[in-house]
Amino acid sequence: MRVSMDIELKDIPGQLLLALRPVSEFKGNLISVVHHHEKRTPRGTIPVQVVFETKPDKLNDIIASLEESDISIVRIDEKRYFEHGAVILIGHIVHTDIQDTIDSIDNTGYAEIVDLNLSMPKINMPSSASLKIDAVSKEHLAQAIDILKDIAKKKDLLVIEPIKSELGAI
Amino acid sequence: MRTVRVSIIGFGAVGQGVANVLIDKKKYLEDIGLEFKVVAIADSRTAVIDPDGVDLVSVVNRKKTEGTVGDDKLTGLEIIETIDHEVVVETTPTNIVTGGAGLHNMLMAFKKGRDLVTSNKGPLAMKYGELIEAADASGSKFRFEATVGGAMPVLNLARDVLAGNTITNVEGIFNGTCNYILTRMMEEQAPYEQMLAEAQELGYAETDPTYDVEGIDTACKLVILANCVFGMNATHEDVTVTGITKITPEALMLAQNDGYVIKLIGEVNDSRINVAPKLVPIDHPLAVGGSLNVASVQTDLAGPITVTGRGAGSVETASAILSDMISIYRE
Repeated sequence: MRVSMDIELKDIPGQLLLALRPVSEFKGNLISVVHHHEKRTPRGTIPVQVVFETKPDKLNDIIASLEESDISIVRIDEKRYFEHGAVILIGHIVHTDIQDTIDSIDNTGYAEIVDLNLSMPKINMPSSASLKIDAVSKEHLAQAIDILKDIAKKKDLLVIEPIKSELGAI
Repeated sequence: MRTVRVSIIGFGAVGQGVANVLIDKKKYLEDIGLEFKVVAIADSRTAVIDPDGVDLVSVVNRKKTEGTVGDDKLTGLEIIETIDHEVVVETTPTNIVTGGAGLHNMLMAFKKGRDLVTSNKGPLAMKYGELIEAADASGSKFRFEATVGGAMPVLNLARDVLAGNTITNVEGIFNGTCNYILTRMMEEQAPYEQMLAEAQELGYAETDPTYDVEGIDTACKLVILANCVFGMNATHEDVTVTGITKITPEALMLAQNDGYVIKLIGEVNDSRINVAPKLVPIDHPLAVGGSLNVASVQTDLAGPITVTGRGAGSVETASAILSDMISIYRE
């Protein structure tokens, strides 16, 4: 997931390095660092905006490490679900317990069904549904679609997933 | 001028297409120093043989008016075995269960040391390894661009033009019938059965459409790609296949609202060979309509390369065959 963080650094040498080290220590990927030297706070600190990608379970470690170094965190904005995918289902979607189908993705902890459109032309005719799935990473999105395919097989539903290059798995 | 003696085995739409392009391209071929002299033609019942060169125009006309190519009773297999010539153009109908007559024709051609150009998928999808081995053993050249995607160059693109690149993935639409049906279902918001009937009426689909709509045809082409481009030794039993018969017009509408079209996509890479309906973003190069074929080749150096073209048709398929023939004999 991608994290945007506003921190404040003391105006003494070596502070920026201190602030960025935890990100790399916990295998995060730094996206950008903006150093607002001209916007010194009344407290005499320098505001810095840091954006990085990290695994969700590492974020608390990074925060703890920053606090240990006495760096004040003003704001954390995490965008947990960074990847969006769509799939289509065809078959007896409602009668095969649609709640169970949705739960199987929502219970993963790394992906959620965020939108569902259902079309049921006639009783006893197969229905069609479009599902939007948000996930924390491309890999997790692919995993969520795999789970959906497993369930669909048991329920005799057809899953139409995006082409490979769209899933970014190449 | 290099004269190459040719037999055409199988004289349906593709075989006739080959005869027609050889007539039309005579001058072009002379300019590049080649003369393809057809010394024998066989259809399923009759044959015509002339060591000095068969008159292609009159054979094509005779086939049209009388349904036969000549009065000779030699079979294709016997022609390959007994008539002296360099290259066999094998255009008999595909049989994916046994490989059909095509398999015997091909093995005989190699046994006699002849080169072979074919549009017949069945034998390649069934017995790829055996055929390549037989061709290598006799030093025969063996080309089959026309088996995958008709006029659209895929095999030669991956093998020759993109030489030096490692191909990591190929995905695309390899069946024009399915593409036509899905495109029309979306345009008309009509059910599968109705658009299948339309495709049959227009001659885009066979009376028994199973081979196309269940994805078997696409699977065969993927097997050839997997073997030829990825060096596998796969048969069509190694392909996971889902066809298009369950697709609903509602599903196409829902996909369209999300910015996608649904296409029957074939995909090959190191880990899997798969045919299934997939969501393709409307602005993606693979989102071609009508009965077109398209293939996107993912390479390590050049990135993705996408080609699109007509996947079937008499002259279109003959184009791929002619290009294979020229590539064998051009200096």
